[in-house]
Amino acid sequence: MKYAYYPGCSLEAGSAAYDKSVRAVLEQLGVELDELDDWNCCGATEYFSQNELVATSVIARNLALVDGEHDQLVAPCAACFLNLKKTDKLLSEQPVMKGKVDEALAAGGLSYRPGRVRVRHLLDMLYTDIGQEAIRAKVVQPLNGLRVAPYYGCQIVRPLNGFDNPEYPMKMDEMFEWLGAEVVDYPVKAHCCGGHMTQISEPEAFELIRRLLQSADEYQADVILCMCPMCQLNLDAYQGRVNGHFGTSFKLPIVFFTQLLGVALGIEMKKLGFGKELVSAEPVIRSKLDGSSVGAAT
Amino acid sequence: MAEKVGVYVCHCGSNIAGKVDVEDVAKWAGEKVKDVAVSRDYKFMCSSLGQKLVEDDIREQGLTRVVVAACSPHLHEKTFRRACSNAGLNPYLMEMTNIREHCSWVHKDRAAATEKARSLVSASIERVKFQEPLEPMFVDVNRATLVIGGGIAGLQATLELADAGYPVYLVERQPSIGGHMAQFDKTFPTLDCSACILTPKMSEVGQHENVTLLTYAELEEVSGSVGNFKVRIRQKARHVVFDDCTGCGICVEKCPRKVLDTEFEAGMGNRKAIYMPFPQAVPRVPVIDTESCIWFERQKCRACEKLCPTNAIDFDQEDEMIEIEVGNIIMATGWDAFDTRKIPQYGYGRLANVYTSLEFERLCNAAGPTNGKIVLRDGKTEPKSVAIVHCVGSRDERHNPYCSGICCMASLKLGHLVLEKTDAEVYSFYIDMRTNQKNYEEFYQRLLGEGMRFVRGKVAEVTDAARKPSEQGKLIVQCEDTLVGRQQRFPVDMVILMGAIEPQVDAREMGLKCGISCSMEGWYTERHPKLDPVATMTDGIFVAGACQGPKDIPASVAQGAAAAARVAGMITKGKVMIEPIVASIDEEGCSGCRICNNLCPYNAIEYDAEAKVSRVITALCKGCGTCVSACPAGAIRGAHFSDRQIFAEIQGALWDAWQPRGGASEEAEAVPVSAP
Repeated sequence: MKYAYYPGCSLEAGSAAYDKSVRAVLEQLGVELDELDDWNCCGATEYFSQNELVATSVIARNLALVDGEHDQLVAPCAACFLNLKKTDKLLSEQPVMKGKVDEALAAGGLSYRPGRVRVRHLLDMLYTDIGQEAIRAKVVQPLNGLRVAPYYGCQIVRPLNGFDNPEYPMKMDEMFEWLGAEVVDYPVKAHCCGGHMTQISEPEAFELIRRLLQSADEYQADVILCMCPMCQLNLDAYQGRVNGHFGTSFKLPIVFFTQLLGVALGIEMKKLGFGKELVSAEPVIRSKLDGSSVGAAT
Repeated sequence: MAEKVGVYVCHCGSNIAGKVDVEDVAKWAGEKVKDVAVSRDYKFMCSSLGQKLVEDDIREQGLTRVVVAACSPHLHEKTFRRACSNAGLNPYLMEMTNIREHCSWVHKDRAAATEKARSLVSASIERVKFQEPLEPMFVDVNRATLVIGGGIAGLQATLELADAGYPVYLVERQPSIGGHMAQFDKTFPTLDCSACILTPKMSEVGQHENVTLLTYAELEEVSGSVGNFKVRIRQKARHVVFDDCTGCGICVEKCPRKVLDTEFEAGMGNRKAIYMPFPQAVPRVPVIDTESCIWFERQKCRACEKLCPTNAIDFDQEDEMIEIEVGNIIMATGWDAFDTRKIPQYGYGRLANVYTSLEFERLCNAAGPTNGKIVLRDGKTEPKSVAIVHCVGSRDERHNPYCSGICCMASLKLGHLVLEKTDAEVYSFYIDMRTNQKNYEEFYQRLLGEGMRFVRGKVAEVTDAARKPSEQGKLIVQCEDTLVGRQQRFPVDMVILMGAIEPQVDAREMGLKCGISCSMEGWYTERHPKLDPVATMTDGIFVAGACQGPKDIPASVAQGAAAAARVAGMITKGKVMIEPIVASIDEEGCSGCRICNNLCPYNAIEYDAEAKVSRVITALCKGCGTCVSACPAGAIRGAHFSDRQIFAEIQGALWDAWQPRGGASEEAEAVPVSAP
């Protein structure tokens, strides 16, 4: 299996652990990822509200960069995924916009026909294309005894995604059941983490973050699994300040789901980017799992 | 000799004339189309004056063919056939063409619509010239009726017919008749006890001399046609000999295996492996659930057999096929509840104290698992606050677009019961309150007075994620109150989801067996949504109750009675007309290949082994034409749909392709009709 790969800006910086673990996991699963040559930022959550034409053109450029060898583009970041998918849809439905975007692309010697590239979120690709059987066959270190709280965030579950229940997603839950983990079915798994609200109004953002941490904590989760760099950042980096603000004492490790998937596949924790998170995940993972065999495959 | 065709173009008020230049079409046909002797337009052809025009022209001008360009033949073909008949013309020499539904109603451009109307009229003129006089047949109507489904609609239909003195077979797939109504505690808006008004009807049906009750039985196959259906019914093995059982109930009492009853008790209570669904079951003959019976599981026990005083238990009993003959069939197969798990954000199945409305019906039913005490799943705590969520799976484009109709009233009823039996606060979350039948609005006003709280807004989610201490341990209903214009959170102890009313899962399949169709959603399609809501497009098959669309009890009863009245009319008349539009086989041309025998969907073709030819059983033939097109020798002919008629029709429709525009006279001769 072969996919074009769009890592997105976050995965080059703050969420390097995501990128590292995605590559390691997919290598272990025998999936080839071809990173787009010279890709650019997707505009994140703000650009569409600033200037729709520029935002669309900038994202369309990435779609146009997918060469003829690939018809599917995988994005691990929820915002990138949503923007790429949204742009493809927008271009197919709005001929006037498409005309302008075509012009912009042509100036750079590029072109794109809407619908040519199927934009996939990494979770969808792992769940649907690789599937339960192939993933289970590669499990070296079952996650028995580890209580995980899958956190989907608010972007991936919009009706556009087309691969999971938009109101109450379950695909990550199911995947970690395959891996033997005790999956916590906590109610806020698709609620918003606050996004960039931390930059605008901290009290509002902290309240949103607190709700997530509190619910996962009440359900006695050992670790929260993220699929979006923004979510991971907010829950992890602001956890201390949230504790300070509310007088709570949450100490929940926040990792990317691919990091823990990698552990189950027997990949060494160092190769999965562990250690970059502020609330360290390694101790709880090692203590809940049989420490000696973690990372046995490498 | 050339035919003399009369053409009649209807205005239908402005329905047709608004988009089609009917005067022009009539004038054009009269002047330009060959063999047209008279061509007229008229405001309402279906009026008695319109009909008289046709009759007079036939008599005075000696018309030999008639074309009526008006609405759908479904509506008025009979009318104009009768008019022809009255004037002495064989009714099958009249052709109706639809320039309303097929033309004026679907087009915007007047010129194009007029052009199309000409085409349609021309097609019918060419066709009608080749039509042949046919004589309808009459068959006797079997006086027996089959009613499928023993809910309130089916029971009403059964009783109406049985009381009128006609035999009725009532088939019910559950072990007892009664349907959903038997599960309810109270009925709205009068709050009568559901069982008290239902069970008398049940026992009347059970004891009626004219009713043959077949419970725990499934419809297998229907053949034949109106007046004379043959029906095969599978009597599922009860493992209790029906005639020997006295209904004493010792077997049920002594059965050691208790299982969750997901049917009658909606999962709120238990039943034994040998059971009657509820105390007032009709018939009072239990069934053994082979899935849970210890004997069927591991060949042990047989306690019921040992203790039965009349030796009525039979572990070896097998399904039995019963063949019956009836003249008419009433489908009253009812509804199913929406699976509320499909809306996971409402928490059903995940959050213990979220209930479906059927579960709650059992919970507050005096004969239910808690003897009518309203308590949480722990079995003892009375809720202090209850939320009732409307439109769960109804009026929701992701599930069912339609309104389930009964849930607003059912919510009010359940709210009343909570207020009456507990000290709880009751909140109703609604999109719109729909209380538009007799005494319904008054019931709503009553509940407003009783202190039920109403919040207008669609619930976003039901969650146990508390945000503040007052929410701890509660279910929180998150909802935008659209009257206040604000997001609100309501912490409650219990949530009731008013799930949508859905068609039975196998409604489509059951419909196919009887030859009737379903809407997109799976409701049976009535013959006419306003004027014929109980008949279907298949003669002799009627519908009643919620299988035709969501309905409350009064509406189901009314429709059950209406269907019965229609059937009684058929029986009283005694004979039914069968359209002579049937296939016939030219025995000279038949090679006896038998291809047609298996293709016929109505089993209307039999093979004469001696003469080595196939023959059509005219009474069973529906004139579908399958055999006509399949016969490799071309030896089968479909009356009223001959090749010649159809080719002529096509040629007529394409008049402007082989004519210079505006004229269809002389040159028409030049084009041969290609069919034999």
